[in-house]
Amino acid sequence: MQFTSYLENGRLTVALNGEIDHHRAKHYIKAIAGKIEAYTPEVCILNFEDVTFIDSSGIAVVINALRAMTQIEGRLMLTGMSEQPMRVFRASGIDKLVDIKEAVS
Amino acid sequence: MKFENYMILEFPSRSSNEAFARSAVACFAAQMDPTLEELGDIKTAVSEAVTNCIVHAYPNRIGQIMLRCRILKDNVFDIVVKDKGIGISDIEQARRPMYTTGGNDRSGMGFTIMESFMTSFEVTSMPGKGTTVHMRRRIQKRQ
Repeated sequence: MQFTSYLENGRLTVALNGEIDHHRAKHYIKAIAGKIEAYTPEVCILNFEDVTFIDSSGIAVVINALRAMTQIEGRLMLTGMSEQPMRVFRASGIDKLVDIKEAVS
Repeated sequence: MKFENYMILEFPSRSSNEAFARSAVACFAAQMDPTLEELGDIKTAVSEAVTNCIVHAYPNRIGQIMLRCRILKDNVFDIVVKDKGIGISDIEQARRPMYTTGGNDRSGMGFTIMESFMTSFEVTSMPGKGTTVHMRRRIQKRQ
């Protein structure tokens, strides 16, 4: 699965894309954990700008990233959030655990 | 119950069918002229129900998933997702937020999402026989 990530001044940005469901979430969970372990960033930013749909599998992606960042005493941020993913995060209460920036429309 | 239109789908419990199932339902629901938000909610709930069949109903094999959608009177969209899998022995426990038997890559929020995104939501299950999820969403009439 293709996705872009880059490290800049201790900030790891991972750009997710497309529809994140159970079928695709497994790969993201593994890949993000691998990046965090390799770079031990101070901040990890998951960019949702190109994400068109998530279900509760997307919540698992965020929880796993949050767990990995908490372990290394870092911070997790979500950016570029559009309406559909935001509704899922609100329904699950994730928006109270993680700093979320909504997309500018 | 009188219905205006319906469709029935049957497909194997492969995870690649999750996207197919929610897209097919969204295409069918489009004739009700839902808002993007309503359509997104329906897609999300269907994705949860179908994923449950794939992950939980048939943990070690590929089984059948049956999906039926109906358009009822008064702009109600009715969805049934049915499997012949292992069933749920304790539905109350399964519905609890964050509860999962699926391990770290599952959030345990599937039922919570279906409940909060749909107007009504019901699960019936027989251990060893299968599970049926029945949900409805009222689509607001637009001027």
